[in-house]
Amino acid sequence: MKRILTLTTALVGLAGMAQADITVMSWGGSYGAAQNEGHLQPWAAKTGNKVTMVDAPDPAPAVKAMVEAGNVTVDVASVTYADAARLCDEGLLEPIDAASLPAGADGTPAAEDFFPGAVTECGVSTDIWANIYAYDTSKFPEGPTTAADFFDLAKFPGKRALIKAAKANLEFALIADGVAPADVYATLSTPEGVDRAFAKLDTIKSEVVWWEAGAQPPQLLADGEVVMATAYNGRIFAAAIEENKPFQIVWDGQTYENEMYVVPKGAPNVEQAMDYIRYATSTEGLRGQASLISYGPPRKSANAEPIIYKDGKTEMGPHLPTAPANMANALQTSSEFWVDHDAELNERFQAWLAQ
Amino acid sequence: MAEAAPPPTLTTADGRPLKAALLAAQSRAKRRAFLLVLPLLFFVLLTFLIPIGYMLKRSFEHDGFAASAPAVVAWFEANPGFDPANPPEEAYAALVQDLARMQEEKTTGIAGTRINYSVPGTISLFKKGAREAKGLTAPFRESLVALDATWAKPALWRGMASASNVYTAEFYKVASDLKLTDDGWARGEDNERIYLYLFAKTFFVSGLITVICLLLAFPVAHLLATLPMAKSSLLMIMVLLPFWTSLLVRTTAWIALLQEQGIVNDILVGLGLITEDGRLTMMYNMTGTIVAMTHVLLPFMVLPLYSVMKVIPPSYARAARSLGATSWTTFRRVYLPQTLPGIAAGSLLVFILAVGYYITPALVGGADGALISNMIAANMKNSNWSLAAAVAGMLLVAILALYWLYDQLIGIDRLKLG
Repeated sequence: MKRILTLTTALVGLAGMAQADITVMSWGGSYGAAQNEGHLQPWAAKTGNKVTMVDAPDPAPAVKAMVEAGNVTVDVASVTYADAARLCDEGLLEPIDAASLPAGADGTPAAEDFFPGAVTECGVSTDIWANIYAYDTSKFPEGPTTAADFFDLAKFPGKRALIKAAKANLEFALIADGVAPADVYATLSTPEGVDRAFAKLDTIKSEVVWWEAGAQPPQLLADGEVVMATAYNGRIFAAAIEENKPFQIVWDGQTYENEMYVVPKGAPNVEQAMDYIRYATSTEGLRGQASLISYGPPRKSANAEPIIYKDGKTEMGPHLPTAPANMANALQTSSEFWVDHDAELNERFQAWLAQ
Repeated sequence: MAEAAPPPTLTTADGRPLKAALLAAQSRAKRRAFLLVLPLLFFVLLTFLIPIGYMLKRSFEHDGFAASAPAVVAWFEANPGFDPANPPEEAYAALVQDLARMQEEKTTGIAGTRINYSVPGTISLFKKGAREAKGLTAPFRESLVALDATWAKPALWRGMASASNVYTAEFYKVASDLKLTDDGWARGEDNERIYLYLFAKTFFVSGLITVICLLLAFPVAHLLATLPMAKSSLLMIMVLLPFWTSLLVRTTAWIALLQEQGIVNDILVGLGLITEDGRLTMMYNMTGTIVAMTHVLLPFMVLPLYSVMKVIPPSYARAARSLGATSWTTFRRVYLPQTLPGIAAGSLLVFILAVGYYITPALVGGADGALISNMIAANMKNSNWSLAAAVAGMLLVAILALYWLYDQLIGIDRLKLG
């Protein structure tokens, strides 16, 4: 069975094998492009190695399938924080030696330079992204400013777009309901807390358009289908800066999380993969990516000097989830909580939706 | 009197017995036919049957816990009738021994993930337990419970006992909306049950879409089959053009048309038929799902119907009319029965495709438009492939059962696909 599976995955994998020294799997789109330009090309130029990027709609299941079939064709994959923890738990990733990560450009040792939680047993963070909400300034000249405003149908009438998943929504609802970010996961760990989150979501349920793909919320806002939408902050930034859309991000009550580079167990070139990760998560590599897409670099040294967007004039600082002003009332997504409860709460969420 | 000569055996031109030669030729033809289908057979085996078999295997086999916790597994085997509400000290001792071993072998996550499928919250529990296991001292029950009271939970012990067996029906139970409680498997709370409801909804919606497709496709297919060549070709292109267009493009086009600020609503407001505040909600709900899916699946109904209708001789209907039948009777008793193979084929095709639809309901379904395949995808994403496989397995069995029913009622040999 295993051999046949290997054969089938090998056939499928052939396309991505185009004799590169290492292969990096990412999400495609503007995110993949930012990693390609910010990490792959400089590393290849620096070391003389060949590096190829392949896209996946979600790299984590692909990594799982490859490792379980015993035929790994990618060396580095970009996965969410929870997936990095989950895959690591299941023994599907190579451990990463945190001590080998380079010091910051200012000489700060890596252990102190990285934000808390940015380096784990099997992964190193490439950026921090946030589940923010944004509104259309042409609809509300005096726009909403807090998480609670999102749920205030009297003050800000109109439809809202929310992601169709339990994760991010439940935290957001609790913060909007007055729970301090620090207490959110303790509250969600109790049945009453979960009920409270759903009760808060109930207050706007009739006015919600649910989205599934990251490209949908800016589109819904642009079409005028909704007046405000939760979204990945990079998507709103791109629409506002590149396409001049009148979108304003509200930095309140958002959850943020690290995106991780991981090495699948049994990757063909583990040594080079580790070298690639060391470069990509160095001060230089992180700043490279952050100048192309508005996700925050997870090192202090990378945030020390202003980062200029690729248009040559926009300063990235205020647009990044890591900007101190943006983090005032934010919450880091707990992968531990979601690894434990994702399935359970998602079933409850789907049942709630269907009611 | 001369004896009758034995009947001469028929031979071929080169003298071989005809019967043997015929057999040889036939088996050669069979071999050749087999060789011709061999590549396809191999392809289907490799890309279809084996993956499906592997998926089904996953739905009842998981060794995540059984392989990482040998001591407690052995204890469960020796004490099948233990009381989950009050496991003895030796069970806790075996568990602590396994936790220490998991920490060493880095299998905590694998074991915890397996138990987490039926007892949520276990992964972090196992990790914490494994980290501390080395330092725990007897009595282990007290020291483990002091770490986290969950260790004494009967549901946890039931979950571990069940997971100590590599083969399990657990995933099918979860996919049937059962939950593991302290007293064993029981129906989940009202606000937790989702799978059976979505199964029923998926079949209902697929049936509805099949009926709508049939009603829309029948006149079109009839027109296609009876119009003169030039006109029917044009019509055929209009049927096929959307068929050749990407599914995503068509789904997105429907969003642009039907959303609240969309073209249809704009026109209705422009004509003064509805007010600005009264814009219709036709997207991101069940209506959107049904409209978009019907459009996407329509060609699968039109084409089989057309292929059947094209070969129905018009003389039958004329004969019926000349014998005095009304047009309705002619249609009901002469024309319709002859189109049945096409109706059957189109309906089966549309229904089975609709049952497995994923991307369209995901994009336009909104709150109440999700179908069972969206739950399968969610479980794949959450790395619970066994549960995804169990739900998919149930879907497969349901479709096979319908197929069997169809065979009994209509007969699979009457199917005509084109």
